[in-house]
Amino acid sequence: MFGLELSFIWAGIIALSVLIYVILDGFDLGVGLLFPLSKDESERDVMMNSVAPIWDGNETWLVLGGGGLLAVFPLAYATVLPALYMPIILMLLGLIFRGVAFEYRWRTTRWKPLWDVSFFGGSLVAAMCQGIALGALVQGIHIENRTYAGGWWDWLTPFTILTGAALTVGYAMLGATWLNMKLQGRIQAHMRRLAWPFAVATVVFMGVFSLWSPFQNVEYFNRWFAFPTAIFSFLVPALVAAAVFGLFQGLRRHWDIIPFLCAEALFVLGFIGIGISFYPFIVPSSLTIAEAAAPDSSLMFTLVGTLVLLPMILIYTAYTYWVFRGKIDPEDGYH
Amino acid sequence: MLDGFSAETLARVQFAFTMSFHIIFPAFSIGLASFLAVTNALWLWTKDETYQVLFNYWKKIFAVAFGMGVVSGIVMSYQFGTNWSVFSDKAGPVVGPLMAYEVLSAFFLEAGFLGIMLFGLKRVGPGLHMFATAMVAFGTLLSATWILSVNSWMQTPAGYGMNDVGQYIPLDWWKIILNPSFPYRLVHMVLAAFLTTALVVGGVGAWHLLKDHTGPASRRMFSMAMWMLLLVTPLQIAAGDFHGLNTLEHQPVKVMAMEGHFESHPDGAPLILFGIPNQAEKRMDYSVEVPKLSSLILKHDLNAPLAGLDTVADENEPPVAIVFFSFRVMVGLGFAMLGLGLWGGIARWRGKLYQAPMLHWLSVIMGPAGFVAVLAGWITTEVGRQPFTIYGLLRTSDSLAPVSAPAVGASLISFIIIYFFVFGAGIFYIMKLMSKRPRVGSVGELTDAPTRAATAKPIIHGSSTPSTTA
Ligand code: HDD
Ligand code: HEM
Ligand code: HEM
Repeated sequence: MFGLELSFIWAGIIALSVLIYVILDGFDLGVGLLFPLSKDESERDVMMNSVAPIWDGNETWLVLGGGGLLAVFPLAYATVLPALYMPIILMLLGLIFRGVAFEYRWRTTRWKPLWDVSFFGGSLVAAMCQGIALGALVQGIHIENRTYAGGWWDWLTPFTILTGAALTVGYAMLGATWLNMKLQGRIQAHMRRLAWPFAVATVVFMGVFSLWSPFQNVEYFNRWFAFPTAIFSFLVPALVAAAVFGLFQGLRRHWDIIPFLCAEALFVLGFIGIGISFYPFIVPSSLTIAEAAAPDSSLMFTLVGTLVLLPMILIYTAYTYWVFRGKIDPEDGYH
Repeated sequence: MLDGFSAETLARVQFAFTMSFHIIFPAFSIGLASFLAVTNALWLWTKDETYQVLFNYWKKIFAVAFGMGVVSGIVMSYQFGTNWSVFSDKAGPVVGPLMAYEVLSAFFLEAGFLGIMLFGLKRVGPGLHMFATAMVAFGTLLSATWILSVNSWMQTPAGYGMNDVGQYIPLDWWKIILNPSFPYRLVHMVLAAFLTTALVVGGVGAWHLLKDHTGPASRRMFSMAMWMLLLVTPLQIAAGDFHGLNTLEHQPVKVMAMEGHFESHPDGAPLILFGIPNQAEKRMDYSVEVPKLSSLILKHDLNAPLAGLDTVADENEPPVAIVFFSFRVMVGLGFAMLGLGLWGGIARWRGKLYQAPMLHWLSVIMGPAGFVAVLAGWITTEVGRQPFTIYGLLRTSDSLAPVSAPAVGASLISFIIIYFFVFGAGIFYIMKLMSKRPRVGSVGELTDAPTRAATAKPIIHGSSTPSTTA
């Protein structure tokens, strides 16, 4: 009984770190996605500067998602990653290209355009692959005898392409609203305009996803309409509508912060929706949370430290964001 | 292109390749982070501008190296699952929590304070900036501690049991974390990182001294590096010796391969200085040996008996030649570093530290030696553990993920091409930064190559942001 509870606490913590990853790295991948839409080099400089001091911290949540999964749900880690071999490797390669661009861009003039492309391309591939991975999980993964038993291209279906595109567009929306918040003047107006189409597309994709995913697995459908989750089922769409309203209202009235927060709220709500569908599985329809959990001694040992360290991390992460708060000044270029 | 190789071979090559690239960056950034913390502290303490120049000079190099360390590290943390999934399922309950602690206690600390260390001086003031710098350095050391505990557990497992689905389960966390080889490996690796950094800093200082032996910043860095070498190399050699004795106790087969002992020696084993291991014929060709010395080093007794590989079943032997040669490369470089350190000490004693072109040339040549030694050391360690991933318990061939050979082949080729291109470019940029002469009197950010630091200033000038730099 106690073991069961521990594994559920852990499922919550892992879900939380994935969520934090998505809302934080989402906007900084989004900034990369918007790179080709910028007007000139100085615009790209400020865009990148707006995330330079924080991107590494954002990406560390992805490492926690992976490392944490290995620690507390080793079986899930050991079956999902081989199943998603190609998209994971491609995502890692994408993250390499965009990660190094932060430093390399400033170290060369001749190759600066190359690292601009690498920043954009890396962000695009990483975002696409994360969306595809999500779609493949929703689709379900075939497991036999504690190993992945499907094929090498199972992850590639029309549905996963849809989720890949959806997440990419959603990240671009996050990026545009982030830049609307951090920048000013001409480039801010430019980013605000860009936020529109991405926001509309995100909302459309969310709708398509919600209608399509029950066809991937009837369980999802049942879960949404069974008590007590049915309460959330009606609450979530209502909140989504409120967030969408806030987002468009904020963009129309040229507010700085509200559009970004509403865009993030959309992601949080989408995430909760997916959580409702998955529960109590960690790998839909093959592995439940309890089945995949490591022995209690591993869960307990890791939990003790996590309860101390996670709040500290949140505090100093918040502090870093606080230190680098406020608008970036485009005129204040390097000398 | 890679037809004919098994998925296992490809996965091993991929792991070894990506790991070898990854280790290059931490080996440098662990040492450099501490060096930066020290120079920053000395600057605050002595107000000597030279230290500030050094800090700003190496800070940029650190930023590039650290970025490469991060992206290559993220690859590692997912590769256990993509390529070694059976290992992950079985060993996850034991090694997973240690890696989770690494992320929680070390990676977040580094990443959280890195931004402030690189861009935040003007925003937080010198005190908090110093704190952030120290946290980054502390984070790199913590990171090494946890990951080495994981690796050491795979070498010398302890404190575990097994459950009915075949997973290793933790019974005693202290025994797991402080497993028998961990303290030795930790000390040896951290010293290796400090030496690697000292050699690079010394090499760069020497390069600039060769052109102008009066530059105060070049002098300062060369002098600091030479002190480091002189003091740390003997410690490292001693630590390596203890490490070897520990290995003899817990992984005797690895030591047989390192020493090239195919035969048992009941009355004193020779030290084979050089030779060509012939594993098929089970003998050492062309060997040059010193009688009984190996027994003296390993057992502190000229006539102590030492068992050889003839006591080990063939399917439990590691590839001897790789281990034998890589071990010699590491030890050889260790003594070369000792030589350099001593030469530097003598030159200093004679008051000629900054006017010794031969010494400076040697320092430049030895600049990359730390990396080579670190790689050679790790190859000794990891290949010597074969054919097991968890020594004596889990075979490498039983650790593999069910990924087909073409998939691994494709990812391997991509890693090779992309790593050489991307990290090659990074290393080029680092060299470019190193080739600039550090100048006192024109502090960092204002005149040097553009840093982002300068651009990330707030428009709303907060009341609590004292400005400090020149
Ligand atoms: C600057 C780097 C450096 C230098 C100069 C040396 N080593 Fe080393 N050595 C390492 C860097 C290193 C390492 C990279 O840190 C390793 C790999 C794994 C480990 O624990 O440390 C290592 C492993 C390693 C092992 C393998 C232990 C095992 O896997 O069980 C032994 C026996 C030694 N070393 C011994 C020595 C000796 C006798 C040296 C004297 C000259 C020496 N090392 C110099
Ligand atoms: C501390 C972290 C490390 C862990 C947990 C670790 C773990 C592993 C694992 C799981 C394998 C796969 C088995 C195999 O391919 O044979 C392996 C192989 C290997 N690792 Fe490590 N390793 C670590 C550090 C390193 C480092 C720093 C290097 C640096 C060069 C290294 C070099 C290798 C090599 C060369 C192999 C291939 C051995 C062979 O194929 O014979 N490892 N290691
Ligand atoms: C297979 C084993 C390893 C894995 C899975 C791994 C994983 C990682 C990851 C995910 C990062 C990025 C952290 C971030 O986002 O900030 C990283 C960086 C780092 N790793 Fe590794 N690592 C391994 C081996 C090692 C070894 C053997 C050492 C040193 C002894 C080491 C020391 C570091 C350090 C100091 C960093 C900070 C970045 C840097 O200094 O370049 N790692 N590693």
